[in-house]
Amino acid sequence: MDFGRRVLVLRRWRIAVRLEWRSVIVCGALAVAVACMAVLALMTGSYQLSPGQVVSALVGGETGLVHDIVVEWRLPRVVAALVFGAALGVSGAVFQSMLRNPLADPGIIGFSQGSYTGALIVILVINGSYVQLIGGALLGGMATAIAVYVLAYRRGVQGFRLIIVGIGVSAMLDSLNTWLILKADLEQAIAAAAWGAGSLNGVSWDQVAIGGVCIAVLLLLAAMSSRPMRQMELGDDTAVSQGVRVSPARLGMVVVGVALTAVVTAASGPIAFISLVAPQIGRRLVRTAGITLAPTALVGALLCLAADYLAQHVAPTPLPVGIITVMLGGGYLGYLLFTEARRRL
Amino acid sequence: MSTHADTTIDLAEARDVSSPAPRPDGSRLRVESATIGYDRRIISEGLSVSIPDESFTVIVGPNACGKSTLLRGLSRLLKPSAGQVLLDGAAIQSYRTKEVARRVGLLPQTSIAPDGITVADLVARGRYPYQGFIRLWTEADERAVARAMDQTAVTDLSGRLVDELSGGQRQRVWVAMALAQHTSILLLDEPTTFLDIAHQIELMELFTDLHHVGHTLVAVLHDLNHAARYATHLIAMKDGAVVAEGPPSEIVTAELVDEVFGLRALVVPDPVAGTPQVVPLGRDRGGEGVRRDR
Repeated sequence: MDFGRRVLVLRRWRIAVRLEWRSVIVCGALAVAVACMAVLALMTGSYQLSPGQVVSALVGGETGLVHDIVVEWRLPRVVAALVFGAALGVSGAVFQSMLRNPLADPGIIGFSQGSYTGALIVILVINGSYVQLIGGALLGGMATAIAVYVLAYRRGVQGFRLIIVGIGVSAMLDSLNTWLILKADLEQAIAAAAWGAGSLNGVSWDQVAIGGVCIAVLLLLAAMSSRPMRQMELGDDTAVSQGVRVSPARLGMVVVGVALTAVVTAASGPIAFISLVAPQIGRRLVRTAGITLAPTALVGALLCLAADYLAQHVAPTPLPVGIITVMLGGGYLGYLLFTEARRRL
Repeated sequence: MSTHADTTIDLAEARDVSSPAPRPDGSRLRVESATIGYDRRIISEGLSVSIPDESFTVIVGPNACGKSTLLRGLSRLLKPSAGQVLLDGAAIQSYRTKEVARRVGLLPQTSIAPDGITVADLVARGRYPYQGFIRLWTEADERAVARAMDQTAVTDLSGRLVDELSGGQRQRVWVAMALAQHTSILLLDEPTTFLDIAHQIELMELFTDLHHVGHTLVAVLHDLNHAARYATHLIAMKDGAVVAEGPPSEIVTAELVDEVFGLRALVVPDPVAGTPQVVPLGRDRGGEGVRRDR
C-alpha cells in the first residue's frame, strides 16, 4: 500500500506494527548523536579524558580516578541532562498535540512557573527534602493547570484562549516567584535563585535515580496514551466515534505532561524552551503527521545535553543550562508568536 | 480483538463481527423516549426514532430542528438526560466505547486533518477500535484500509498529502476513514455541505453504492431534493420532534414541506428518478406554477 512514504511492516508473534523508514533512520541517527554527545560530555572537563577511557569506565573497566571522574562526577549530570531533556520534550509534545498549537508549552502557559512556585515554597517555607520538592513542584504545576483551565473555560476550552490565559498566569507566577525569593533569607535566596535559572550543577545520583524512575514511568504512560492522542488530533467527535474515551484520555495527558515538567523542575529548576522546540524539530525531522514521541524524546535529550555542554565548557564562565536554552529558544519563540499572530489576524 | 480467518472482506463478514443477532424488530439502532440537549438547553424531549436496518435513512428539517442533535445522540456524542439510545437491544452507553466503534461509524461535520498526513495514513486511523498497544497494523487492518480506499475511489491518491486535495477528494478520504472502521451502521452529519453540486451528487451516489452493499446509513442533509431522491427512509423533524417518517415517495407532499419548513412549494415527480421533487414557489407566486409575468 502506498503511504506516500516507505514503510516497514513488522508482523511476528503478537506484534503487528507499521513504521516509516524515515522515522526509524532518523531515530537511529539521533540515538547515535546522543551517544556521541554523551561521550564528549564525559570526556570534557578540567581533567581531560580520551573516548576510550570513557567507554572503558562506563563498562566497568577502570578503577581509581578515571572511574570516579566518569561514573561518580560526570555521569550523573550527563544522565540527568539526557533524561530531563527527554522528559521536557515529551511534555511539550503532549501539550502541543492536545491543544493543536505549537505554542502550547508548559513553560509558556505557566505550568513550569507553577511547578517552580510549588518547589520554592517547599524550599523556602518548609525546607523540605528532594521528594517533598517533587511533590511541591507537582502540586504547583497541577494547581496552575487547573487555574489556567478554569480561567480559559467558556463553553469548553479553546486552544488559543488557553494559551493567552496561560501566558498571563505565567507572568503573574514569575512575579510571585521573585517576591518569594526577595522575602527569603539571603542564603536561601541565593540558592533558590541559582537553581531558578535551571542548572544541572550538583545533581546527585540520588536525584537522578528518583527523577529517572518517575520520568521512566511517565514516559511509559505517555507512550501508552500516544494512540488516543493521535486520534484526538482528528477532532473530538471523530475520536469518540472511533472509540476513544476523550475526557479521561485528556485528563491523563494533562497529568502526565505536568508531572514530567514538575519532576524536572524539582531537580534542576526550570529549563526553558526544550519542551517548546524539541517536538517541532522532531516532527520536522521525521516528517510524519501528529505526535511523535520517540524522535521528540531523543531531540530533547540531545538539546539538553548540548546546551549543558555549551553552558559548562564553551561559555567563558560556567553558566546554568537554563540560560543557554533561553537564549536558543527565545528566538524561536519570537518567530512562533509572530507567525501565530499573523495567522490569527 | 477480531480475527479474520478468510482472505476477503465483505459486509457479511462485517456483520458477523459486529452484530451477533439480527433484530426481530428490524432496527438495531433506536432512540426510546429520549431527552437530548446541550447542558441545560433541551433540544428534543420524549423523542423516539427507529432506524430501519439496511435502510438509507435521511433526516431533514429546518435549522435548529434537532436533526444534528439526534445524530449526535445516535452516535453517543450526546448522552440522553432521560430515556435511552439502544444499539442491538442494549443501551449504547452500556457498551465499551470501542465496541460501539466496531458497530457504528460516524462522519462528523468537522474533522481536522493533522499537518502533513497522507491519505493512506489518515484512512488507517479508522482502524483504531481494532488495534492494541502492539497490534497496530495487522493483515485485517491492511485489507480493510485497502478496501475502504477502493470503495471511495481514493486508492490512486493514497500517497498524497490530505492538505493538497480538493474538497470533494478530501471528503471521500474522510468517508474512507469511516469505512475502514468496518461498521455496518454509518452515520453522516451533513456530509455534502461544503461541496459543489457535482461533488455533492458524486458523494450521494457513493452513499447509495454503500447502501446497496449492505450498510445501514443515517444522514443529516440540508437538501430536500437529494434526500427525496436517495433516501429509502425519510425522517422530517421540526422543533425537536419527528413530524413525519417513511419512504420519500409516500411522505413528501406540499403540505409536509409547508408544515416543516414553512415553505410553499410544488411537489412534482423528479423527471429522472421519479422521486418527489420540491420546487419552491417563492414570494407572490400562486399555486398555478411559476409565472414570470410580474
